[in-house]
Amino acid sequence: MHSLFAQSLQAGSTATPEAVQFWILAPLAVLAALGMLLVKKAVHSALLLAWVMITLAILYIAQGALFLGIVQVVVYTGAVMMLFLFILMLVGVDSSDSLIENIKGQRPAAIAAAIGIVGLLLSLISRATLNHPATGIDAINANGNVQGLANELFTKYVWAFEVVSALLITAALGSMVLAHSQKPRNRTSQRDQSIARFRGESLAHAAGLPGSGVYALHNAVDVPALGPDGQPSQASISKVLEARGDMIASKPFELTEIEEEEK
Amino acid sequence: MSRNGGEGMSTSELIGADPGWLILVKGVLIFVICVVATLLSIWAERRIVARMQVRIGPNRVGKFGLLQSLADGVKLALKEDLIPKAADRIVFVIAPIISATTCFMAFAVIPMTGKVSLFGHSTAMQLTDLPVGVLYVLAIASVGVYGIVLAGWSSGSTYPLLGGLRSSAQVISYEVAMGLSLVAVFIYAGSMSTSSIVEAQNKWWFGVVLFPSFIIYVISMVGETNRAPFDLAEAEGELVGGFHTEYSSLKFALFFLAEYVNMVVVSSLATTLFLGGYHALPGLGFTETWLGGWFTMVWFFAKVILFFFLFVWLRGTLPRLRYDQFMQFGWKVLIPVSLIWIMIVSTLRVMSQQGAPRFVIIAFTFGVLLLVFAGTSLFERAKEQRKKEDKESLKAFPAPSFPVPLLTPQLSIGTEEIND
Repeated sequence: MHSLFAQSLQAGSTATPEAVQFWILAPLAVLAALGMLLVKKAVHSALLLAWVMITLAILYIAQGALFLGIVQVVVYTGAVMMLFLFILMLVGVDSSDSLIENIKGQRPAAIAAAIGIVGLLLSLISRATLNHPATGIDAINANGNVQGLANELFTKYVWAFEVVSALLITAALGSMVLAHSQKPRNRTSQRDQSIARFRGESLAHAAGLPGSGVYALHNAVDVPALGPDGQPSQASISKVLEARGDMIASKPFELTEIEEEEK
Repeated sequence: MSRNGGEGMSTSELIGADPGWLILVKGVLIFVICVVATLLSIWAERRIVARMQVRIGPNRVGKFGLLQSLADGVKLALKEDLIPKAADRIVFVIAPIISATTCFMAFAVIPMTGKVSLFGHSTAMQLTDLPVGVLYVLAIASVGVYGIVLAGWSSGSTYPLLGGLRSSAQVISYEVAMGLSLVAVFIYAGSMSTSSIVEAQNKWWFGVVLFPSFIIYVISMVGETNRAPFDLAEAEGELVGGFHTEYSSLKFALFFLAEYVNMVVVSSLATTLFLGGYHALPGLGFTETWLGGWFTMVWFFAKVILFFFLFVWLRGTLPRLRYDQFMQFGWKVLIPVSLIWIMIVSTLRVMSQQGAPRFVIIAFTFGVLLLVFAGTSLFERAKEQRKKEDKESLKAFPAPSFPVPLLTPQLSIGTEEIND
């Protein structure tokens, strides 16, 4: 099948199955690429990018570059997944683009740059491909696609390969060094907590902290428990809720008051 | 396409000669096998876990409760389908579809039989054979995880989001270990196609030759399918239902289906890569020609069921890992160990290919073993040292001053005295 494609490519025409596939996949890829630029939500954009990558991978596979196609899926789905995480961590869960222009003249500059890049790419790619029919895929794939690729990579391009791997390792190490800050204090482990609980100043909380809403006739997370003395216990509420000011007074939920009302 | 005899043809050539209708038949068969396997495996899991917990399990619907999952499935499909108001509607609908379609796709490259005859055609029960078949399964699996991550994100709710994030972190770290565990297999088989890997295991299963790879794969395949003890993405004790908290009716059913089909897929991949695929047990090779070759399917599914039982056994035995321990295990144990193992394997492989004398290979093996023993004993010593220091450091915290039970029994008290 691959040789069929290769032959048709050499003849400058396209085999029918490949043409059908192309005319189904290519518009989808282009639409998704455009959508990626135009949609508002960053996550949708990342998803459309993943879709573009997968369609490209299918096209590669149809061209006889099986390994490249599969690796494209493996690598780029992983990469888009990373992008996804970046979006969630840096931009927020469901934020969308604001269309307000912050930097003056940014839009015309961006349009000019985009047109320039498109022109550059068009001229380069057309010079490389037009009137230069693709040849040699059969010769390269003669001993198998993967073996052929490995041969090229580890003989002719071994230097470039090693340089790139050194670069990537350096980048990974660099980002780890930059991201790994010294912690201001050691994290308390489960063991530390256990020691603090049983060998600390008192054994008051040895059996665990009080749950929210104990003795308060209301067990919502934001209602503090009442101690034996009738005072609300701060330890029963999550510190986050306290800091946010989402804590509710437990007085209205006290047993005695409600009983009095009933009387 | 004329009918071919298939004499002396490799599996890929055999499959390549399939006419279109046969490919269709095989595709439908794979679908049917996966769905039926799901129904049966849900029943089997419930029954086995029940046995492990000294219960009986479902036994009302059909003989032995066999139709229980069918009844549950129908009931599930007829339930109300809710979409939360805060959900991203499109992605919310797409996510379960991604999960459910990709899990079936991976099965296409799994060889279930050797050469058999189907409707008069000589072929093999494998939909397609790619030179990079195993990588294809990995690629499909990594697309499949999108289902879970997107479900988590699009639900517009906190627990699902946490589940989705956990799942993506899990994938990023455990897929590396999984890929590395496969490298040794590729090196030994000299191919990445599933059918040639099975053929290369004619004599010795890779599960025996490459035992460490096998162990690493089995661990990471449990993580890959989100099953206990690695089911952090759904962690019902912490995240309600994780990524599928907000899902109901058919969409939830799709996730459920995907989980079980995925289990079958990773089990079959493990069978293919490490347990000789459709080959018979050593010494029973004569059975492979029974029923015109179809008996190999029995061997294949026997091995898959073995892995499935392992999944259920793990679920019945182990508690869920804490998240940081889980990550630490992946990055600090699985990945370094598999990297070192790959180096050893490739060194051995190159040595034997270059015709190194036998004593050199044996010396190398002993050297490696010695290093491993030295390493483990050093590790053990460090561990003991740490334990000692820990005990010392505990002295800084005096025991509380009121009576607590003694940790070490000072006197042996007879039980009769207590009963008095």
